[in-house]
Amino acid sequence: MATETDRRSGASTAVSFPDVSGGQLLVHGGLVLSIFLMGLPLLLALVMSTQTTTEVYQVTNLQIGSDGLSNYETALSTYNLGQYMVNSFVMAAVIVVGKVALSLLAALALVYYEFPYERAVFVFVLLTLLLPVPVRIVPLFQLMADLGWANTLLAITGPYIASATAVFLFRQHFRTIPSSLVENARLDGVGPLTFLVRVLIPMSRGMIAGVAVITFVYAWNQYLWPLIVISDQSKQVVQVGIRFLQGASQSGLTQWGLIMAGAVIALLPPLAVLIALHRPLLETFSLQQK
Amino acid sequence: MSQITLDGLTKQFGDVEAVRGIDLTVESGEFLVFVGPSGCGKSTTLRTIAGLEDATEGRILIGDEDVTGLDPAERSVAMVFQNYALYPHMTAAENMTFGVRSSFESDAAMQERVQEAAETLDIPELLDRKPSELSGGERQRVAIGRALVREPAVFLLDEPLSNLDAKLRVQMRAELLELHRELETTTVYVTHDQTEAMTLGDRVAVLDDGRLQQVATPQELYDYPDNRFVAEFLGNPAMNVLSVDVVEGETTYAAEHAEFRVPLPDHHDADLSRVAGSVAQFGVRPEDISVRATESGRQTSDGTAADESATAPQTVGEATASQTVGEATASQTVGEATASVTVTEPLGESLLLHCDVGEDSLRVKTQPRTAVSPGDTVVLGFDRDRLHLFDPDDGTTAYHSSPKGEAAPTRTVAEMQD
Repeated sequence: MATETDRRSGASTAVSFPDVSGGQLLVHGGLVLSIFLMGLPLLLALVMSTQTTTEVYQVTNLQIGSDGLSNYETALSTYNLGQYMVNSFVMAAVIVVGKVALSLLAALALVYYEFPYERAVFVFVLLTLLLPVPVRIVPLFQLMADLGWANTLLAITGPYIASATAVFLFRQHFRTIPSSLVENARLDGVGPLTFLVRVLIPMSRGMIAGVAVITFVYAWNQYLWPLIVISDQSKQVVQVGIRFLQGASQSGLTQWGLIMAGAVIALLPPLAVLIALHRPLLETFSLQQK
Repeated sequence: MSQITLDGLTKQFGDVEAVRGIDLTVESGEFLVFVGPSGCGKSTTLRTIAGLEDATEGRILIGDEDVTGLDPAERSVAMVFQNYALYPHMTAAENMTFGVRSSFESDAAMQERVQEAAETLDIPELLDRKPSELSGGERQRVAIGRALVREPAVFLLDEPLSNLDAKLRVQMRAELLELHRELETTTVYVTHDQTEAMTLGDRVAVLDDGRLQQVATPQELYDYPDNRFVAEFLGNPAMNVLSVDVVEGETTYAAEHAEFRVPLPDHHDADLSRVAGSVAQFGVRPEDISVRATESGRQTSDGTAADESATAPQTVGEATASQTVGEATASQTVGEATASVTVTEPLGESLLLHCDVGEDSLRVKTQPRTAVSPGDTVVLGFDRDRLHLFDPDDGTTAYHSSPKGEAAPTRTVAEMQD
């Protein structure tokens, strides 16, 4: 009896909103506040991108500025941000495709082949997580110079294509696929690459999409390495491009409105990718939690 | 044609020996079932035949060809897995054709074959569905259909019915038999379920600990187990096995237990002198023990009426027409063991009694509606033709009380006509 009444009252709370108790109100209030705090820099950037330099320096002025969209126009036309966006996009796309392809093959080898020291190889792959690009910048730069890759697309994509995280994610995913599927394919004489293309990739679509999103956003946000290795300004990526905006000053004052406009523009492509692929992304992360 | 020959097949995983030297021939067109407890090596044997595992030692021949070193794809085998192994992103038809396209002249020929297989299995309307839209039984049909499309020399089935519910399993079992009768393809089937093994197999191979214990027709396995393991593994409830002394009388031998003495009939196939004078394991199946008389434990309080009603249906020797089954067994009954009933389990078609006989306990399968309750004292008799003795050391069979292939099956009918 008691449980039944409880369940009924519980159901009514869930359905009709006004019933929210004091405790829940507190929780909701806290959540709204934290979301607001997290969104605050973005909101400020949006506001400041419409203001003139003078208005930006008036700290209390948080209204939509008088410049409107002219900062965006300037950033795209005068400062060539469009070209940097294209460069960034090409770089990110090459990294995504390269990383996914290489990691799929590596995971295929790790899961479906038996070779000596397999475990050690996997551990070694994981150990590379301890040496991200910033740590390797000096030797990497030397390597790029020796290879003659400096100041090319190869230099900003190559170092990112091998990825322990992606190999790990694909390996874990492949291991959840029942071994009888592989055995079935072996009985039919289906080769490993056919199996990869016809079975593993279709069965890993969510994981691939998830890895692609993470990789795209990661690649898009690269700043330090392109700054160092790319010397030709027309080949530069958008994150460094924003830095170029900072150089443009107006009577000694940094044009923050212009920079914010650039930052907002640079934000749009990863945002679009995130929105389009948020479902598989969540899937990827839920698997990581397992 | 497509007989399978295993010649000293051995498979080791590191230090673990999963299969220890199996010699076996599966005749062309035969349905052979491997059965055994988990970890006995039955699945490993099957997977080695398929080529999914490499044999550590020994040879495998399919037809006249030595396939030991061949790739699975070159062996002309099709396998059905316990978990169906269907590709979730492909429709049933795509699942059936994935990997075989090259072996058909044209797509049309292949589609025709798929249609044919689907009709054999009664699933033509399911061909466009994906596995997630199919029930367990339907998935298993698709998996079998996939094997059919390949037209292999040998079918290998690895516990294909274990993931189905009980009712569906019985139905699929009958369908598998029908299918095998129709196709007459050599089939090797692995199961841990003895009912499946007994009902499906032309012959059944019992494995334990990587070794072949016995290969025979189901009835022969049941009636003439080669060793104690086979005797106890097959049959539910399991065979009773007690320690007895084998003693030599004036003319015959007998098994002597602290509580009873059972004469052991001698025959041309038996060599009781080998075990005479020593300890042996005496085996008798629950259904081969009959209740000769009951004596209610509550007699004193209930009076004589209870005693009479309890004894009546099982009284031995004074056979009535309505007691034909009881009579047939009863007339062959030997020995007299007084036991006290500890538990009764009504199974519907029979009544299972757990009895204490001295230090040991016996399971007795008797007729349903026998008026016996826990605490009662019963007198048990044993079917003369259905007694077994096992060696106490290695478990091998020392003696069957009826000679192989004679007496047992025909006797009952003959006696009933007397």
